[in-house]
Amino acid sequence: MAVLLIAEHNNKDLKAFTLNAATAASQMDEDVHAIIIGHNSGDASKKLSELPVIKKVISIDAPHYENFTAENFAPVITKVAENYSHIVCSANTFGKNLMPRIAAHLDSSQVSDIIKVISNDTFLRPIYAGNAFATVKTNDSKKCITIRPTSFDPCESSGGSAPIENAEAGEEFTNTKFIKREEVKSDRPELGTARIVVSGGRGMQSGDNFKLITEVADKLGAAIGASRAAVDAGYISNDHQVGQTGKVVVPDLYIAIGISGAIQHLAGMKESKIIVAINKDGEAPIFSVADYGLEADLFEAIPQFMEELNKLNTIQK
Amino acid sequence: MKILVAVKRVIDYNVQIRIKEDGSGVVTDNVKMSTNPPDDNAIEEAVKIKEAGKATEVVAVTIGEEKAQETVRKALAVGADRGIHVKVDNSLEPLAVSKILEKIVDKEKPDLVFMGKQAIDDDCNQTGQMLSALLNWPQATFASKIEVKEKSLEVTREIDEGLETIEINVPAIVTCDLRLNEPRYASLPNIMKAKKKPIEEISAADLGVDTAPRVEQIKVEEPPKRKAGIKVANVAELVQKLKNEAKVI
Repeated sequence: MAVLLIAEHNNKDLKAFTLNAATAASQMDEDVHAIIIGHNSGDASKKLSELPVIKKVISIDAPHYENFTAENFAPVITKVAENYSHIVCSANTFGKNLMPRIAAHLDSSQVSDIIKVISNDTFLRPIYAGNAFATVKTNDSKKCITIRPTSFDPCESSGGSAPIENAEAGEEFTNTKFIKREEVKSDRPELGTARIVVSGGRGMQSGDNFKLITEVADKLGAAIGASRAAVDAGYISNDHQVGQTGKVVVPDLYIAIGISGAIQHLAGMKESKIIVAINKDGEAPIFSVADYGLEADLFEAIPQFMEELNKLNTIQK
Repeated sequence: MKILVAVKRVIDYNVQIRIKEDGSGVVTDNVKMSTNPPDDNAIEEAVKIKEAGKATEVVAVTIGEEKAQETVRKALAVGADRGIHVKVDNSLEPLAVSKILEKIVDKEKPDLVFMGKQAIDDDCNQTGQMLSALLNWPQATFASKIEVKEKSLEVTREIDEGLETIEINVPAIVTCDLRLNEPRYASLPNIMKAKKKPIEEISAADLGVDTAPRVEQIKVEEPPKRKAGIKVANVAELVQKLKNEAKVI
């Protein structure tokens, strides 16, 4: 039986991590079908059909799917899942919210946040904030799997032409009502997919001081991250949090400024290719994962860092 | 309103875990254990709602071995009224946990069930959503703000893009994020008082739930270690290394 990929989208475009989840799905079985549920989401369905790894698109469109409520999604996906061995989506807030609801309907014990497909029933996943890796084998006939998007490359996004089949909508779940979504709009690259991430922690001391982080990020064309301590203190909004319960990032370059490096933070960034730590406490645990550590007062180091960057003829973006 | 709060005993978040030499799991003997951090937020929120006069009773439930009762006792010390301890000998998958909680919900008939959004040991992030599917109740996951209305809750959820607000009719499930509130510490008099509060003990076997594992843990191993880096002397050296050695800027 084929694999069913749940597409994440905003009714117009596919969300970037759908491509990573498609890659993971294609490693479980060559026959990958994708389900897309939304309202007036024809454009997104078309883009989904153009992913060469997708053999068929199942599209379900109705007004009550406009805001992606899990209570509305789970029953229709459960019904479609009858014909599939695996149900797959990303382990971001969309997938984390939705997949366990489907798994419970299917009486399947979900495998969350996998980082590697070992075979079609055996997977590698981090536990204890990534301080251990568990190899797990699921014996359920319907396998509900969420994948860590940064652990899989995005698939090709064009060249395919899978058929789009419309399927019938389910009933509306009326006990949950969407009110609003406050998305933080930014011209910067997205945190989850940025090549460079510049992050600030409690050492920044105030929200105002985050301007220093912003300047560096602008100069490098980077996304802005933060430790939980900085978000808890109100220096910056929650969508910037990197860590065990925030976002996991794997950029080419991660610059941690004023971040001590609690286990929970390291869980979200220690797979980055190059890690830089700037901290005045030479004993801070962040230095144990840093390729380049600079023991310095960040309020002196950041202006100097900007000065040095300004001296460079070119900066890769 | 009556609120049921599910709490889990896990290795304390400050402990650097050790992996068993035979790869069968993580060492838990003689390791400091505590309540799963977002479960503390769940208890705190339930107690606050009761203190605001909007809930009549807060019941804390845990599922686990003998010592898991400590987490219920702690919940009682910060304001829960009574406890339930469902005894099991082995660790359960979230699907089994949610089936047990479904039985407890049938028995207790709460209006709300709160729990942490994720346990920091297995990092599964499933139980609340599974329970709400089994009950066909609304779910508000990753809650960072809860406003209690007459027959509903308005909940702000932390999502990847920012914040989302939904309204859910009771009965409902809420999974709590760390920013929902600041959990209080138990005072000594309250810890003493909590010792007198009742904890009902139930054997999981008596609930008639199939808790057999569906997912085999084949092995647990250390993640690959990063090789040690270097300390640079100054900012100029740092930029030079990033440009010419690492070639990332």
